[in-house]
Amino acid sequence: MIENLDSLVDAALAEVAGAADARALDEVRVRYLGKKGDLSALLKSLGGLSAEERPKAGALINEGKQRVQAALDERRQALEQAALDQQLSAESLDVTLPGRGELPGALHPVTRMRRRMEDFFLRLGFDISEGPEVEDDFHNFEALNIPAHHPARAMHDTFYFGDGRLLRTHTSPVQVRVMQKGQPPFRIIAPGRVYRCDSDLTHTPMFHQVEGLLVDENISFADLKGTVAAFLQYIFEVDDLPVRFRPSYFPFTEPSAEVDVGCVHCGGEGCRVCSHSGWIEIMGCGMVHPKVLEHGGVDPSRYSGFAFGMGIERLTMLRYGVNDLRLFFENDARFLSQFA
Amino acid sequence: MRFNEAWLREWVNPAIDTDTLVHQLTMAGLEVDAVEPAAPPFTGVVVGEIKSCRPHPDADKLRLCEVSDGESLFPVVCGAPNAREGLKVPFAKVGAHLPGDLKIKKAKLRGEPSEGMLCGGSELGLDDLIDGLLELPEDAPVGTDIRDYLSLDDTVIEVDLTPNRADCLSLRGIAREVGVLNRAPLTEPALEPVAAADDSTFPVTVEDADGCPRYLGRVIRGIDPAATTPLWMVERLRRAGLHAIDPIVDVTNYVLLELGQPLHAFDLNKLSGGIVVRKARAGESLLTLDDQTQELRDDTLVIADHNGPVAMAGIMGGRPTAVSDDTVDLFLECAFFNPLAIAGRARGYGLHTDSSHRYERGVDPALQSRAMERATALILAIAGGQAGPVTEAGDATRAPQPAEITLRAERATALLGAALEHDDIVDILERLGMTVRRTGDGEWAVLAPSWRFDMAIEEDLIEELARVRGYEHWPSRVPSGTPAGEPDGERQLPLRQLSDTLRDRGYLEAITYSFVAPDLLAKVDPDHPPLALVNPISADLGVMRTNLFAGLLNAAARNLNRQIDRLRLFETGLRFVPGADGLAQEPRVAGLLYGSARPAHWEGKPRRVDFYDLKGDVEALTALSDPAAFSFRPGQHPALHPGQCAELVRDGQVVGHLGKLHPRLARDLDLPADLYLFELALEPLRQGLLPHFEPVSDQPRVQRDLAFVIDAEVPAGELLAVVRAACDERLRTVHIFDVYQGEHIQAGRKSLALTLTFQDASSTLRDAQVNDLVEQVVSQVKQQLNATLRD
Repeated sequence: MIENLDSLVDAALAEVAGAADARALDEVRVRYLGKKGDLSALLKSLGGLSAEERPKAGALINEGKQRVQAALDERRQALEQAALDQQLSAESLDVTLPGRGELPGALHPVTRMRRRMEDFFLRLGFDISEGPEVEDDFHNFEALNIPAHHPARAMHDTFYFGDGRLLRTHTSPVQVRVMQKGQPPFRIIAPGRVYRCDSDLTHTPMFHQVEGLLVDENISFADLKGTVAAFLQYIFEVDDLPVRFRPSYFPFTEPSAEVDVGCVHCGGEGCRVCSHSGWIEIMGCGMVHPKVLEHGGVDPSRYSGFAFGMGIERLTMLRYGVNDLRLFFENDARFLSQFA
Repeated sequence: MRFNEAWLREWVNPAIDTDTLVHQLTMAGLEVDAVEPAAPPFTGVVVGEIKSCRPHPDADKLRLCEVSDGESLFPVVCGAPNAREGLKVPFAKVGAHLPGDLKIKKAKLRGEPSEGMLCGGSELGLDDLIDGLLELPEDAPVGTDIRDYLSLDDTVIEVDLTPNRADCLSLRGIAREVGVLNRAPLTEPALEPVAAADDSTFPVTVEDADGCPRYLGRVIRGIDPAATTPLWMVERLRRAGLHAIDPIVDVTNYVLLELGQPLHAFDLNKLSGGIVVRKARAGESLLTLDDQTQELRDDTLVIADHNGPVAMAGIMGGRPTAVSDDTVDLFLECAFFNPLAIAGRARGYGLHTDSSHRYERGVDPALQSRAMERATALILAIAGGQAGPVTEAGDATRAPQPAEITLRAERATALLGAALEHDDIVDILERLGMTVRRTGDGEWAVLAPSWRFDMAIEEDLIEELARVRGYEHWPSRVPSGTPAGEPDGERQLPLRQLSDTLRDRGYLEAITYSFVAPDLLAKVDPDHPPLALVNPISADLGVMRTNLFAGLLNAAARNLNRQIDRLRLFETGLRFVPGADGLAQEPRVAGLLYGSARPAHWEGKPRRVDFYDLKGDVEALTALSDPAAFSFRPGQHPALHPGQCAELVRDGQVVGHLGKLHPRLARDLDLPADLYLFELALEPLRQGLLPHFEPVSDQPRVQRDLAFVIDAEVPAGELLAVVRAACDERLRTVHIFDVYQGEHIQAGRKSLALTLTFQDASSTLRDAQVNDLVEQVVSQVKQQLNATLRD
């Protein structure tokens, strides 16, 4: 019988190679290596051999079994791999097709810029304050040292309601309200809507300002300059941004200044954006006028402070290259969606 | 304030170029708005003299001139009506290059040779005083380049002055400032008072000496009505932006520019009786120089004669008494009016004049005599005549008197952040014309000059120190110190989080005007009469919004008109609701939803949004806050579909509405019907929760599905409430997995299928326990809502 071993192993190997799937392969295994399998049967026949022949024949048979087993394992792995390959191939997707679900919309560019401004001042320990938009004459003008008939009123084209109330022309009244409510020191910014009765290419009847106020002991013009310069460098992300302070006039600050930055469009060379001056006017500021401190209930002989105010739209236009102020209030989705 | 540099340099001439001068002015607070050439570039134009002039043989309107340039004679064909022998005119020679890219070549006009062109003012970029050639003075040197002769290589500078710097509303003021900045001396034009040639006067009574502390008058008789304004004055006026009118008005304008003092000239023979300076009386009116009839208010200071007002003091003169072509006798007025008597008045009449601009900001109260003499001298020189003596009326003691201000070096240092040497402080103030008296160590009493009436308090002086020293010289530092205010509590939800949530759900943030069209608002919110603006920018921005829908609907209409077919907009901002307790200015968040529920996708056409998409977005907001504190219930809102409108409730208060646009409104506004809106109060949404840990249970969960059939009009919310109430905390969640109406369900009824999930915190729930709970649910729902279990 032992002489059949080689042909039996050859037959088994051929059947292993020919097995088309896992089940056929298992049948081959049972047929040759199972308890009643052909190779197992050969082992049982060893009893018919002499004691000298037996170990040698046993070793041969075991070697044959191992070869068949190895072939079975190999074939099984190959079949599994093939099945997996087929599954993976069948499950493959076109990954270039768009994904599913809602995409984010966008914050208004003015909000985007406003948050950036807020973030700077929040880091410096400023609070965010708000005030009414329908204001009274006292807070919008009188308390800010702008009495009736003051020429500065002509610069504020004011919307009136005819009963003493008006739409605030700037965020500065929040200064007074904050001081009236609390005790110094004060560190606040007040962003919000303001209104002027003016509408043309470069004016909209509503726009946004951010007011800032810092009142404490020993606050000087130097603190104002340093704060404003650091702010503008942060906003435009230019460390050596040229910033200059020019004397100006606001009834509620003294000394007062206009602040210019080197044109962020042309780098100061002169271009359309800066009217070929190399500078862009950004904001007004100054040391809080003693009368304003008094209106706010703050003792000007002990405390001093600075205040500033700037238009958010202007910064937004410069920062994002928006070339027409009116776009901000048309709310065209094609415009708004650019500021996600 | 516009002026030409050459004029300025006659007054003060520091060794700096134009760019430096301009920079200096800007950095001193006199912001230069424009720097322009006095005339456009051109070449080849000289002073020419017409030596002969005869008609063109073949053209009625043309003449043949022989023109000298001082060396040769040139034939020139000219069509100007004033071409005449002996006239000196600008002569553009062959080869000249004129504004408008005009090149002068030899030509033949109707057969006659022409070698050059005689020019009118406008051809050189100047004013046309008359129709025709620019007539040069008789003494103009023939052959001189016209640019040199008229100083056209000059610069016009325009400064935008702040309201406090009325002292710079004149050439003299600007020159003073330039002198201060450069330590350069001021050369004022020589001025000798004009001696009275006769004793002719006109009576003046000042009734309102507070309004008019000083009124100088002077009679000038026998001027030449045919006199013309000299070219040099015309040019200075033109460069300042003023047109020449007639010699008398031009002189008053010139003195206004030069010294900053407005003057007015009356035709003496048209005044009756005498001048009275007083307030206008009810019913009086005046035809002013701009040919408008003004009904005068009694707060208006007027110059009257015995027949009534002849001028609005400091604002504008009257037409009937104005100088005209045949005026020979003048009454010249030079007054100081108190700023408070003028401020706001011009604007009240819709007027704004060079005069009112200066008076309401303040004219130097010590200037009138000087200006009167200057104007008299100029008038006599140009138009001849004889001046009478200057008369003065009023009460000069009522003019503003400069205050003596205490200045402390220590205070200046504290405010500016660095110290100035005491000598420098005194030097700066004295250069500004202040009288400085030392009263202690680093302490002075300072008296401002009459033209710096804006100096009132110590800070005014400190600002001058900072300004003249230059803002760039002061130090810069970021202030130290600690945050001043209260940080927000953790329960306070930042507005940002709400906005971000909407943004993340596909919304674009809109910002719409706070004022809207009254008719639109009346449709959207008829129940709240809005606050109306007295002076809206236009009728459709006339009232303050009482809710945010109108703005969003406008924005939607705009976008839909631009082929946007899917839109999600939100806005945050105040609404303004008048009420018994006054005006409520309430922060709100509003949104608008339209189009497909999802972005276009290859899987197929997405469905359109409906109420539940809208509600999902609102729930996303309440979920950030305290979802259990909010509930939705059927609501009504005039802008919303009555059957698809919910109100959001928190603590028993309605805090917002959401729903479908009312079909009637959609039709009225020509908007699609499937547009959805919400508007919510912001504050309740911003009251959040502090998270509180609850132990996580590992006990198995048991789910039971129950389908109830109830009356169709019973809101699902009620069913859920009853279910929850019927159980204890072992009911972890309940959700609706199916809503059905139709076949197999009785008409007027609906089926709601619920999944109830039970779990005990510490032990495994037995079937019997769950059955008990389910039985309670079923019985309560049956009892309270007339429900049956669906088979």
